[in-house]
Amino acid sequence: MINFSKVSKVYGGAQGVRALDQVDFSVAEGEFVALLGPSGCGKSTLLNLVAGFEKLTEGEMLFDGQAVSRPGPDRGVVFQEASLLPWLTVWENVVFGPKVQGLMRNEYEPRAHEILKIVGLEAFHKALPVQLSGGMRQRVGIARALVMQPKALLMDEPFGALDAQTRLSMQQLLLEVWQRLKTTVLFVTHDIDEAILLADRVCVMTARPGRITKEIPIDLRRPRSIDDLTNSEFTHFKAQIMTEMRGAHDPH
Amino acid sequence: MSKAESKTVSLVPAQLWGRLRKTVLALVLPVTLVWLWQLAGTDGAIAGGALPTPDRVWAAWMKWAFGTSTFGLNPYIGTWTQSLWFSAGRVVYGFAIAIAVGVPIGMIIGWSKLASAMIDPTIQWLRPVPITAWLPISIAIFGIRDFGAVFLITIGAFYPIVINTTQGTRDVDKNWIRAALMMGAGQRDVLTRVVLPAALPSIFTGLRIGLGIAWTAVIVSEMVAVKSGLGYVLWDAYYVGRMDIVIADMVSIGLMGFLSDLLIVSIEIWALRWRRLQSFDA
Repeated sequence: MINFSKVSKVYGGAQGVRALDQVDFSVAEGEFVALLGPSGCGKSTLLNLVAGFEKLTEGEMLFDGQAVSRPGPDRGVVFQEASLLPWLTVWENVVFGPKVQGLMRNEYEPRAHEILKIVGLEAFHKALPVQLSGGMRQRVGIARALVMQPKALLMDEPFGALDAQTRLSMQQLLLEVWQRLKTTVLFVTHDIDEAILLADRVCVMTARPGRITKEIPIDLRRPRSIDDLTNSEFTHFKAQIMTEMRGAHDPH
Repeated sequence: MSKAESKTVSLVPAQLWGRLRKTVLALVLPVTLVWLWQLAGTDGAIAGGALPTPDRVWAAWMKWAFGTSTFGLNPYIGTWTQSLWFSAGRVVYGFAIAIAVGVPIGMIIGWSKLASAMIDPTIQWLRPVPITAWLPISIAIFGIRDFGAVFLITIGAFYPIVINTTQGTRDVDKNWIRAALMMGAGQRDVLTRVVLPAALPSIFTGLRIGLGIAWTAVIVSEMVAVKSGLGYVLWDAYYVGRMDIVIADMVSIGLMGFLSDLLIVSIEIWALRWRRLQSFDA
């Protein structure tokens, strides 16, 4: 579904910062992949390339077999701060995509209602984003991406700005939604627990130059829930990833 | 939500009191000034002819506003409303053109680097030319007809509108644009559904400044180039020594400027009501 081969991204000319260096990486259809790394390791850059927000400097990147030239509704992006349009209501934010795409109302409205129900916001469809809590805003962010029925969901630290408790409930929600829809997900995070809990595979990234140093398959049983955060298998993966990240931080 | 609603309901008398208090406080200074002016006038400190006392100005104003005009010998009886509408009409006309031209141009300059490089320098070079300097060329082109004033108003209001629109367009949150593109919006949808509403707060700032300049422009052009309206009356009354009318006219201009600004602010509050709501979880 997503294929990177020898992709580099350099900011600011030939002498600039190498945000990504010769990255080979792929995500299969229906797979949930987490990109894990410290800030500045290029994980958001990688996501932005798939989204079409930025252009690569070297190499080749294919989405669903085609080179990406611009953003589009086949790749639903969930932003860190939700980035809802603040002058539109929850409902208007969710149907923005189908509307500008010129879809028929009777085609997208039932779907929008259903998705708002899934994320638990059907009672708030008339509210404005400022009237919502951070977690609720992010639910709208997820809903407006899902309503387009994208081939992949690209999530850029979507729960990073939330408090610990809200983050847990959002992770639970995402697990349930994914269990239902089985969409391809590329999930960027710096939270080890979050990466293990959600993903089928965790790709550990390092900074300067930005590279994927290790890919760890997470074969925890599905469906998962936040209760898995405390079981022994989980702890085993966590120890493994922590060792990997420590090793990546101070090279021998 | 019900909690917030009940709160607003109980707030109403307090709000009313607050508004009343504000109005009273705002009136203290002008009332004092008018009272001092009246005292100075009656005590003979200021020559009655050069600066008529408030009561005389008021009497002249009332006659100018509500008097029944006789056979056109005295132009300052019952002609106030007419003069007011002449000026206000020109302001509305010129201001509307300035918005229709300034907002799109400002958005284009703010959106496209190419357009910015090509258009912005010219605007910045022309901007320091004061509207009064445009008077001769305006008269030369449009004569002493109505459109001369409209032209001047448009020029004056254009700059603050275009500059603030440009800034507002440049300041739009990049992720809002990205989100719209991600949802399949084309350039046109991004501009009308994202950039325009996001830039509205800045645009309104430009509109308020522009409207103030529009009133200056209409008065200046009516004093010099057009034979009607508050500006024309101002100058004409001065020539025939009717200082009471001059002052009533000045107060009228101030009142119109104030009321039209109030109108813009009301529209702004309505259009940007999404910004005034408070978060429930704050």
